[in-house]
Amino acid sequence: MLKLAAGAGLLFMHLPILLIFVYAFTTEDKTYQWPPPGFTLKWLAVTWNRADVWEAMRLSVKVASVSTVIALVLGTLCAAAVSRTRFFGREAISLLVILPIALPGIITGIALRSAFNLADIPFSFWTIVLGHATFCVVVVYNNAVARFRRTSGSLIEASMDLGANGVQTFRYIVLPNIATALLAGGMLAFALSFDEVIVTTFTAGQQATLPIWMLEELVRPRQRPVTNVVAMVVVLITFVPILAAYYLTRGGGNTRPPGN
Amino acid sequence: MSSSLQSLNRSATGATGPLAALSDALWRRPGLFVFLLLVLPVLWLGIVYLGSLFALLIQSFFSIDEFSGMIRHEFTWKTYRELLNPINLDIIGRTVLMATAVTIASAIVAFPIAYYAARYAQGRWKAFFYLAIMLPLWSSYLVKVYAWKLILAKEGILNWLFTSLHLNGLLEMLLAIPVIGGNSLSVSYIGTFLVFLYVWLPFMVLPMQAAIERVPQNYLEASADLGGNPWQTFRHVLLPLALPGIIAGSIFTFSLTLGDYIIPQIIGSSRLFIGQAVYSHQGTAGNIPLAAALTVVPVVIMAVYLWVAKRKGAFDAL
Repeated sequence: MLKLAAGAGLLFMHLPILLIFVYAFTTEDKTYQWPPPGFTLKWLAVTWNRADVWEAMRLSVKVASVSTVIALVLGTLCAAAVSRTRFFGREAISLLVILPIALPGIITGIALRSAFNLADIPFSFWTIVLGHATFCVVVVYNNAVARFRRTSGSLIEASMDLGANGVQTFRYIVLPNIATALLAGGMLAFALSFDEVIVTTFTAGQQATLPIWMLEELVRPRQRPVTNVVAMVVVLITFVPILAAYYLTRGGGNTRPPGN
Repeated sequence: MSSSLQSLNRSATGATGPLAALSDALWRRPGLFVFLLLVLPVLWLGIVYLGSLFALLIQSFFSIDEFSGMIRHEFTWKTYRELLNPINLDIIGRTVLMATAVTIASAIVAFPIAYYAARYAQGRWKAFFYLAIMLPLWSSYLVKVYAWKLILAKEGILNWLFTSLHLNGLLEMLLAIPVIGGNSLSVSYIGTFLVFLYVWLPFMVLPMQAAIERVPQNYLEASADLGGNPWQTFRHVLLPLALPGIIAGSIFTFSLTLGDYIIPQIIGSSRLFIGQAVYSHQGTAGNIPLAAALTVVPVVIMAVYLWVAKRKGAFDAL
């Protein structure tokens, strides 16, 4: 009985995503008809030749890359400080890192937007990055903190005792130890940014990231077959970092994501 | 001790130069080192994030002039009083009710999955459950909502299923229920509820699984040995011990439902949720003070919720 419920629950979690893969090949282009009247590969080619899709994709990749780099730097610094030493305000720092993701995205979004308005900052690529990097810090931080805890502090002391300076110690001792955790955290941050829509609707001006492009299609469907294909591609793209992050942190670590 | 040893070694190995000197200086002053580590992240999060939140909070104490539509930049409680008018209370009540329903339902649906993922977590099964929960969790939010638009469409798979099984009557009965029903699933609260449940379910499964994993197997065996039937074991042993995990999961499902404005906009009736109201007030209406005051509502609700959850020990299960 419990087994049946668990199986049904898992099906409930997976069937809707599988459905996307079927719809990407349907010949029907006006409605969401089920069962599909026929199957075709035509829409893959049509989507491939769409300039707007490519542009949105390019913007998303650019935003996600820059945000991930910033999040990697900030997240690692925070994790190093919090895990190495106990200091006053340590709890406050971890709360500060988690807050952007713990509060509903709409609050982060509208807060940033009103701040941009107050400071007369025009919307641009960088306003999107500002928002994304802020909530991406937490995934890098989570992964790095978990790894720092498992890394023995005496390794660093030994390195310094043997005459290495800070840069050498970081390069040869710290970095090799935390590299896979950072890679995993970075990939999850990339996936998080690549998919983000709620904060982005507030911090993007006229530019459309891929999720913004999809949101417009969701609200006013105009090109259902192209949207179907884009949805399938997005699923495939986000699976890659998840699987990779899983293999990189199998001994522990933290791939648990925060909210939206 | 380490610093004196270090200087000994330093002279032995002969490491000199400004970098080495700097490294030594930092090593001797851990406080300064931590400060340097934190300067950048704290400046970023403090200015970009806390600064923005603060700006938002301040604006909720401004008000909008009804005649000119301009924002009056002086302190007032007027905007907060506006929250208490029936329209806004209605919106807040509806959102909290939906969040509660979604949280309870996801706890029920998540439990069997979390139970098996925790109990049969070895070797191949462990990887299976891990990926079975992680992949839907990390899949694109919009794609998931889009999938439900396909499922709930009039010509979509769910209607087709009901028709093929000759259960149209059942579907019509469901939709005829006042308030939660509607013309079709995609414009009813039932639809909104299903999508919320689907999208946030993995956030409930994970902490629940972690909590159940920590319940020693022999407690359950002891309960059975002492004559407890499966229901009693569940009710008096497993459930109380897994409760922190359930509360931890409910933080996510509750908070995420409170703040979402995209799902009810795409699947649901025209009646607003908090997120939608915030979005429309800050956008076309230009009433930033009211939008800001409305965002304070979920923050306060979540603060109370987190305080209760902390007292129940839910943070250890996160």
